[in-house]
Amino acid sequence: MNSTTPLTADAAAMQADAYPAIDDYALIGDCRTAALVSRDGAVEWCCFPHFSGPSVFAALLDRRRGGRFAIRPRGQYTVSREYLPDTAVLVTRFETESGVVELTDAMPIFGASSEERLQPLRELLRRIHCSRGHVELEVDYQPRPEYATVTPKIRHHGRLGWSCAYGAKLLHLHTDLPLQPNDFGDRLTGQYRFSEGETRYCSLSYAESDIGVIPPLGPDAARRLDSTIGWWQAWTRQCSYHGFHADAVRRSAITLKLVTFTLSGAIVAAPTTSLPEKVGGTRNWDYRYCWLRDASMTLRAFIDLNYYHEGQAFLGWLLHATRLTAPELDVLYDVYGEAVIPERNLEHLEGYLGSRPVRIGNGAWNQLQLDVYGEVVLAAYDYIHRGGRLDRYERNVLRGIGYVVCRLWRRPDKGLWEPRGEPLDHTHSKVMCWVALDRLIRLAEQGHLKVPKAHFQTVMRAIEEAVEQHGYNTGLRSYTGAFDSEQMDAALLLMARYGYRDPNDARIRDTFARIDRVLGRGAQLRRYDGLADDRPPGEGVFAVCGFWAVDYLARAGRLAEAQERFERLTGYANDVWLFSEEYDTETGAALGNFPQAFTHIGLITAALSLGRAKGEPRFED
Amino acid sequence: MLWQQALMNWDQVFIWGLAATAVLTSVLYGSQSMGLSRLSLPFLFGTFFFHDRSKASVSGFVLYLIGGWLFALLYFLLFAALGEATWWAGTITGFVHGLFLLTAFLPILPYIHPRMATEYDGPTSRRRLEPPGFLGLNYGRRTPMTTIAGHTLYGLLLGFGYQIG
Repeated sequence: MNSTTPLTADAAAMQADAYPAIDDYALIGDCRTAALVSRDGAVEWCCFPHFSGPSVFAALLDRRRGGRFAIRPRGQYTVSREYLPDTAVLVTRFETESGVVELTDAMPIFGASSEERLQPLRELLRRIHCSRGHVELEVDYQPRPEYATVTPKIRHHGRLGWSCAYGAKLLHLHTDLPLQPNDFGDRLTGQYRFSEGETRYCSLSYAESDIGVIPPLGPDAARRLDSTIGWWQAWTRQCSYHGFHADAVRRSAITLKLVTFTLSGAIVAAPTTSLPEKVGGTRNWDYRYCWLRDASMTLRAFIDLNYYHEGQAFLGWLLHATRLTAPELDVLYDVYGEAVIPERNLEHLEGYLGSRPVRIGNGAWNQLQLDVYGEVVLAAYDYIHRGGRLDRYERNVLRGIGYVVCRLWRRPDKGLWEPRGEPLDHTHSKVMCWVALDRLIRLAEQGHLKVPKAHFQTVMRAIEEAVEQHGYNTGLRSYTGAFDSEQMDAALLLMARYGYRDPNDARIRDTFARIDRVLGRGAQLRRYDGLADDRPPGEGVFAVCGFWAVDYLARAGRLAEAQERFERLTGYANDVWLFSEEYDTETGAALGNFPQAFTHIGLITAALSLGRAKGEPRFED
Repeated sequence: MLWQQALMNWDQVFIWGLAATAVLTSVLYGSQSMGLSRLSLPFLFGTFFFHDRSKASVSGFVLYLIGGWLFALLYFLLFAALGEATWWAGTITGFVHGLFLLTAFLPILPYIHPRMATEYDGPTSRRRLEPPGFLGLNYGRRTPMTTIAGHTLYGLLLGFGYQIG
């Protein structure tokens, strides 16, 4: 999907202190790290060397201190932008009275066939091409590494360009645009008048603990760009989905690939930190880590779209990166499988529109969330069900998870939404424990595993009894978020998906109706109502929950409702089809970390369920 | 005469050359890992012959090891010419060796290395490695310190080894 939305922008209004809307950004990346590019051509978030590394540009979180790399016309202009078809290469088109200039942004991906294999560790490549008339552009390069705690000295190296070194790290800007340092030597600016047909480049490369590689410009840069475009198009062509909203599904798959750390197979929840769930509030979290809570849907999204290798790599990461804690599982891990992710506040950053604190790390890492066991087992089950094979270690991990579930399921936990309040007996968590044991028994029956079937079945019955007695409120005619409560939780929509009950079971049907009534805001849903949380109220609707509702409706055979709801939900996408974590209930403005893998997984999941319900199955459920 | 001595004591040259090279390598790799310097001599040697990063790294390491032995032989010949091997003579030799590397070898490297860019010409398809600059300072401001420290230790160990041998 490569839609364009022209808008009028005034350079004066785009000055440093004006925060763009969260979904004003587009995402580029190389499957190792990513950058957010604003609608007016500024890279305002970029971390090196990987997603959860320190930022070098963070104007997203602090306009004055954060640092940015902006390229835009002087004076009045209109902007439209799009991804090149089936790629993660972004083209921002600036139109002024005197001409048109196109800014192409990409993070090059070097294939094995690359002619020159001495490539930088990471590169951000920007091409500026004047396609009509003449346009005067201005460049503003302000690197602020290490979350803007370092103000580096930018040094000039003749025709090699500009470098700034900090510790064992090197940022090198090579460009054929004329730039000048400011008096402090920590910022480069320049203006240049482009004539029709003229093309120039900026290549920002990064090295760490190694000798830097400075990529050439001109035809060589054009080749890197073409190679990257070709790589993305070849990857996207593998997608086997051609059903309902195929363009949106493909774009979601590309976005999911963009937040996949290719060196391990891990998928980060989002490439950003501390974009607020409520503007001015404290619900600002670091999402640049890998949560296990969406494991099964992620795996199925990839495999059912014909991205078998990505699914396989993700499951491999799940079962191997979690070795440090297995068979017990933490809530989140970093891209290399590190389980201890201490949280701290960056007091020197003001936060998006003053939303403080800005956090790095995530304190939820050591919470007890029982649902992750069900998610991991379900992911493995789906993988095997789709032709995958597990090795002996992986089978042992799964069996170990079964024992852990039997031991822990009665404990109160923090649940899927990981509120920072007291633990509760979350119904969804108990159901996921049931799912874990159910799938382990099925795998055993199919000869993939050996498990103590009778013991697991006994525990399953006990879980089911507890859920039906304490997790269902007969007065409300609904399952509830926690045992013996009246709280609602959108995660209960997944009970049918995971096979706990038939979608048209009366209890499930009534629960959907109540969730839609209590948590619904148009097509969207809030994620919960009244669950223990020590944060101030006021968050928006949680985008993935709306897609779960579509998934439920499709499974229940209510296809027209499902389709109509899906259509309305896609209206929340930005102009380049990226979704945020949440949306303001009143204004519809994007909230939370952006773009959000969970939402894109939800979109793919809902589309696949719709397709399946309409008789286009590639796989059984 | 000197060569004959060296041949008679090849085992010392082999063992102490290996030990001193191992220490030098540890200091230089340690400096890289600790963020003190980005200089990697094995990588620079390897990229003389290969543009593939992994081939360059592996071959560079082998070349570097061979180079360490060759220099151990040179040190032996030097000490034999002086008539005596001592730890302090080794230390001074190692210090001078490191200084030579920084002030003479690294500055001319951009002109002889087939894959290193220069500030005059800019990077090309083939020549794109960051040049070391004065005293290797482009690779980090502690590069002179770690390079000299590594080579001084290298000389000290060889002087000491040949002394006790």
